[in-house]
Amino acid sequence: MTAVNEMIVPAFDDDVETGRKLAIICSKGSLDMAYPGLILGNAALGEGVELHLFFTFWGFDMITKGRMENLKFSPVGNTAAHIPAALAPFPGMTSMATHMMQKSMDALEIPAVPEFLDLIVASGGHLWACQLSADMNKLKKEDLYDGVEAIINASDFIEMTNGAQLLFI
Amino acid sequence: MPTTTINGREVAVDDEGFMTEYDQWDDAMGAALAEAIGVEMTDEHWKAIHFLRDDFKVQGETPTIRRVSTAGGIDTKQLFVLFPKKPAKKMAYIAGLPKPHGCV
Repeated sequence: MTAVNEMIVPAFDDDVETGRKLAIICSKGSLDMAYPGLILGNAALGEGVELHLFFTFWGFDMITKGRMENLKFSPVGNTAAHIPAALAPFPGMTSMATHMMQKSMDALEIPAVPEFLDLIVASGGHLWACQLSADMNKLKKEDLYDGVEAIINASDFIEMTNGAQLLFI
Repeated sequence: MPTTTINGREVAVDDEGFMTEYDQWDDAMGAALAEAIGVEMTDEHWKAIHFLRDDFKVQGETPTIRRVSTAGGIDTKQLFVLFPKKPAKKMAYIAGLPKPHGCV
C-alpha cells in the first residue's frame, strides 16, 4: 500500500474548457436502435460534454408525439435476435419481441424513450429535428416532442457541429 | 491500493482518489472532499450527499443521476447546477463512494 500524504484528487476538468462536443445522428426508428443514441448521449452529458441529438429519417419517430411511445422491435432480418429466420415474420412476433425488449429495459431501470428524452433535456442536451424529414412526413414543430428545440436543415447541422465528434446511428 | 490523508485522517482510496471504505467517511470528511474539488456545500448539496450515502447502504451501489432524481427527489437540472459538468462523479467523490456503474 502506498501512502500518499497529499490528497489524491480526481480530475473533474472544471478548469478545462475543452469545449468537447458530441453530435449523434439518430436515423433509426425501431426500439432497439433508439437506445444507443440516448444512452451514449446521456453518458456524454454526465461527463460534461455538450450534446446534440439530430433526429432524421426513421429517427423522426423517436420525437413524434404519438409514435415515440410506441416504437417497435422486429426480429425480421436481424440474425442477432436469435430467432429462426422463417419464424420472425410471423404475426405477433413483432409485438412479442417488442414486449420482451421493453421488459429487459425496465428490469435494468432504463427509462422508456419519452422519459429518457426528458432526462436528456433536463441534463442540458439539445434536440434537433431534420427539415427534410419533417417535409417528407408533413410534420410541423407542434407535432413533435416539446423538448425539440427547432427543425433545422443539413447545413445548419453541419455548421452547428463544427469541431464536434459525430456519431451516426 | 493507495491511502491518502483527508481532513487529518488516513483513508483508503482507489487510484483516482475515490474513497473505498464506506465506514471511513463522515460529514467533516465530505466537507474536506468538497473543498478539494471546489464545491461549496449548501443544505441542498448535503441533501444529495446524504441521499447517496443512505442509498448506497441499502442498494449496495452508488446511485446514478437518474436515481438521485427519481428516488432522491432532486431535480436533474438542479443536480447539474449544484455539481457542474460531472454531477454523478462529483457527488460520489464527495460522498466517499465509488463512481456509479449504472448506464443511466
